[in-house]
Amino acid sequence: MLVIDKITKTFNPGTINEKKALKGLSLTVNDADFITIIGANGAGKSTLFNAIRGKFLTDSGRIVLDGKDITLLPDYVRAKNIGMLFQDPMLGSAPGMTIEENLALAAGHGGWLSRISNADRKLFREKLSLLDMGLEDRMNHPVGLLSGGQRQALTLMMATINKPQLLLLDEHTAALDPATAEKVLKLTADIVAEEKITCLMVTHNMQSALDLGNRTIMMDSGNVIYDVSGEERKALTVPDLLEKFKEQAGRMLDNDRMLLGN
Amino acid sequence: MDMSSIISLLQTSLELGLVSSLTVLALFLSYTMLNVCDLSTDGCFTLGAAVGAVVALSGHPFLSIPAAMAAGMLSGLITGVLQTKMGIDSLLSGIIVNTALYSINIAVMGNSSLLNLNKTETIFTMLKSAFAGTAFAASYKTVIVLIAVAVVVVFLTLFLGTRLGLAIRATGNNPDMVRSSSINPVFTTLVGLCVANAFTALSGCMLGQLQKSVNIDIGTGMVTMALASLLIGRAFMGKGPVSVRAVGAVVGAIIFRIVYAIALRFNMPAFMLKLVSSIIVIIAISGPYIKTQIPVIKRRMSAGKGRVE
Repeated sequence: MLVIDKITKTFNPGTINEKKALKGLSLTVNDADFITIIGANGAGKSTLFNAIRGKFLTDSGRIVLDGKDITLLPDYVRAKNIGMLFQDPMLGSAPGMTIEENLALAAGHGGWLSRISNADRKLFREKLSLLDMGLEDRMNHPVGLLSGGQRQALTLMMATINKPQLLLLDEHTAALDPATAEKVLKLTADIVAEEKITCLMVTHNMQSALDLGNRTIMMDSGNVIYDVSGEERKALTVPDLLEKFKEQAGRMLDNDRMLLGN
Repeated sequence: MDMSSIISLLQTSLELGLVSSLTVLALFLSYTMLNVCDLSTDGCFTLGAAVGAVVALSGHPFLSIPAAMAAGMLSGLITGVLQTKMGIDSLLSGIIVNTALYSINIAVMGNSSLLNLNKTETIFTMLKSAFAGTAFAASYKTVIVLIAVAVVVVFLTLFLGTRLGLAIRATGNNPDMVRSSSINPVFTTLVGLCVANAFTALSGCMLGQLQKSVNIDIGTGMVTMALASLLIGRAFMGKGPVSVRAVGAVVGAIIFRIVYAIALRFNMPAFMLKLVSSIIVIIAISGPYIKTQIPVIKRRMSAGKGRVE
């Protein structure tokens, strides 16, 4: 369970570029929740993710993951329990190293001086074959040779090879072509469901925000303005969501990448 | 030029190439793998030579090797801490440590800028008897250096395949990915620089004992020469597994020395060595960039000719 308690973050405080990105945001994420997040440009969706994974420390408030206060922990310590995928498929893997080496680092089996074992290789092959992209036969190829979709699928594998307590997906299919995006999205949904991973996903696709997961939150100017789940959410349509936004934020939802339907 | 002088020229090149290849292997780790251009290399090389010479002079030639390597590690640790923990740019921290090492090296050498090892037992004089009567009696120095290089190549190949080694490679490749694998890139950078500088110091230690003298300038220009060798090696054996690329670094160092020796034969003055190494580095690094610019330049030139009025 993730508890976010009144976190704030202001970038460039005291300057002309001051930006209050998070304004006392609170959110409780239950175990095995799969929450989709939508919101306008600059609503603070990515900032929220970066606060959770520790790219920066918040100015105030607390973040508690599974009973442990992680507010002041450095990012690499949090990464043990938090997996993250970015929009840019290049960010999650090391291009000059092989698929196998990337997976070995993500898996982190054994001590510092241990080498990749045959049991590891077998595990990696099994995991990669789930992707159905033929990567299991290319384990010794450098990751730099893969396509964006393959790299994002590999990053998904790396982020979930040890079940994380929390998985953050920041528009992770937005940079892929539609067919690949759909495939990676389906893989994500399968893995999250299979492993019962607690997951937050930012998306610009209003329809998939409603189709995927069990809960949807809407963000605007550094806060959660709408949080819906259960029967109420099942009845929602994309026009309902737009109407909700107008009601709560007092203006139309504008997002330069927003897709209203499929 | 007769046969025997060619052989002695090749043997000297081989010896010096092998000794400097230890520094090239250090840069293979720090520059190629960790993506840190360690400008403290010159000072660290001299530090290794100075510490090695002082320990040998005190009557412990074998102890000189671990002593020099430990000194190198300490120097690498300081360079690493400056750039990972104290907010100093990585190039600048190398330069700062390099400057500081000048004073330290003179202090290590007992307020002198020259140490003479002519009458001192060195690892080479100690091991000479071990090779007496074997086929290597005449080339025992080359064999001793070759063994050291082989040990370092094998160590690096094994080391870079461990989880720590993979993390070091990933730090140079994509530090964000290292953090997401819950590894602290500060730690991997420190380890990488410590190991690399241990090899640089070993290289200096062996050169000092091979030449039987250590001068405060012994390391000047080493970083450029080692980079030149590294890039020559990359041109020949730059692809494939880590082991092949490490051997490529050694081959590059030997080729560099042979080319240099040949140039000397053609009456190139010895002081030109550093200019030549700088030019090699410039060509090797800027070459690929300029190659990508050539089509653009060609298009601009042809566009100029066919201008429509």
